[in-house]
Amino acid sequence: MSRVEQFDLHPIGEDRWQLAPRGRMRVPVELFASRELLEAMDERVFEQACNVAMLPGIVKASHAMPDAHWGYGFPIGGVAAFDPEQGGVVSAGGVGFDISCGVRTHLTGLKRGDIDRCRERLADALAANVPAGLGSKGLIRLSDREMTAMLLGGARWAVERGYGREADLERTEERGCMAGADPDQVSARARERQRQEMGTLGSGNHYLEVQEVAGVFDEAVARAWGLEEGDVVVSIHCGSRGLGHQIGTEFLRRMVVEAPQHGIQLPDRELAFAPIASKLGQAYLGAMRAGINCALANRQIVTHLVREVFERLFPGHTLPLLYDVSHNTCKEEWHQVEGERRRLFVHRKGATRAFGPDHRELPDALRPTGQPVLIGGSMGTASWILCGTAESESLAFSSACHGAGRAMSRRAATRKWRGRQVVDDLAARGILVRSPSMRGVAEEAPEAYKDVSEVVESAHRAGLAKKVAKLVPLVCIKG
Amino acid sequence: MSSREPRWEHFSHEADIGVRGFGATPAEAFEAAAMALTAVVTDPARVAPRKVVEISCEAPDLELLLVDWLNALIYEMSAHGMLFGRFEVTVEGGKLRGRAHGESVDPARHQPAVEVKGATFTELKVERQGAEWMAQCVVDV
Repeated sequence: MSRVEQFDLHPIGEDRWQLAPRGRMRVPVELFASRELLEAMDERVFEQACNVAMLPGIVKASHAMPDAHWGYGFPIGGVAAFDPEQGGVVSAGGVGFDISCGVRTHLTGLKRGDIDRCRERLADALAANVPAGLGSKGLIRLSDREMTAMLLGGARWAVERGYGREADLERTEERGCMAGADPDQVSARARERQRQEMGTLGSGNHYLEVQEVAGVFDEAVARAWGLEEGDVVVSIHCGSRGLGHQIGTEFLRRMVVEAPQHGIQLPDRELAFAPIASKLGQAYLGAMRAGINCALANRQIVTHLVREVFERLFPGHTLPLLYDVSHNTCKEEWHQVEGERRRLFVHRKGATRAFGPDHRELPDALRPTGQPVLIGGSMGTASWILCGTAESESLAFSSACHGAGRAMSRRAATRKWRGRQVVDDLAARGILVRSPSMRGVAEEAPEAYKDVSEVVESAHRAGLAKKVAKLVPLVCIKG
Repeated sequence: MSSREPRWEHFSHEADIGVRGFGATPAEAFEAAAMALTAVVTDPARVAPRKVVEISCEAPDLELLLVDWLNALIYEMSAHGMLFGRFEVTVEGGKLRGRAHGESVDPARHQPAVEVKGATFTELKVERQGAEWMAQCVVDV
């Protein structure tokens, strides 16, 4: 049976489907995907999206983005907004373990031809300067006091310590500093996990890539953002590291243990939540926002390490930041809902915020166009730069997809490929990979991931965000 | 600790990976699940038992106890750069006491594939299957 029949999905727009409320669902599910993507989704995506629709205080719909896949409680690629005035909730599973994992992209002012001669040197220098993979350590050790300052200040803290420039903050969500962080809610264990991890990439699907703009799809926006075909850009994909993982772990458990107190039968333990207005809900929000600041600070330090390398190899190229997006968050935002402006807590689990033109949260330079929406590919595959649209607000609280998602399990990938072979094959295609772990490379083989371009096309057709530029990798540093 | 080799396996999850251990008792199944956790990162046979870390946790049920046990190990791996290749666990009345034998991670020798972020409640089960116990959950990587 097709997914459309199995879940009784109705088309309500281009690449937009609705699943009407049934059982204990308070709102419908809305999925954004082509028919092909929809049919390829795991059935648990639909079940999880329906479960989210049952949560108290949910507004309008439980959304799934074109790259939705089976997650923890919430689907990855899930977007859901809750109204605190109507018993709305916050869910640690709805944010995920890697709090504020995200992508930032820098312009370099270089063309492909400018780096061809020294690509090997560039790859080696980046791999040497940016710690990646399990067992790598950051160069900065934070005292307790500095850790607290970092949790309050985010990328602003990093810039004040010399890891970047004021202009970077303008180009970071929340101006680089998430308000409302409460470092007191961040446990000693979470801090301990972070002590040696500032300015590290991590592992898994995280990376640092030197990329080429291989295609431009919206000339006007690309020009406004300083992007042209043949340009070299640098993208960083990583998150809040051990600190965020520990916050996720601890609050997920607390929410699971306290769930029976709310008198609501959970269809899935991992969907555990706390009312926004509760003590636990507020504690989680304070800790999670500190986690967001940790991620922003971490990416800012990685930026600094990348700039050190470029300054050495390409003096004068200072790598201005195009934008920094986070795709695992819960944020308090104002949205128009049926003509009314409401304060909502928007969970984006594996989904990118995509504010359209003139949004008041955007810096002046980005207001005419809308924000850059950065979609990371996997090692060896394309990445995309999209632009937020005006209609995204009414579609899914200004949200878009975040990446490709796996097509094959890690285990299947290591059975199928050897890391060395993957590296050699990519090198033959002009993509230099540097990684401390060949097994890690095998698990992240390009073919183990779905085609991100299909996901992007679908987001574009649905109007969640529009295509601006396609990026292909030249150098990839993996953990 | 059982004299037999721990029996463990991985199972598929769309984005991540499941760890599963078997044993004559819940404690043995927990030891084996911990071995499966190490195997997500590296070959457990490559991990030398140079240091011992003591772990204790307490939870209202066996499933939560499994999550706590694995998360305690993930914490040691993450905060102190450890890998473990041998485990001894006792479980009594909701309390777990464990000893994990291992060493500091050496990226060149261990070729760590990925770091584990946390043990989750997804596919979480601790149950008797015939004569033996099975303990499993998905871990986020």
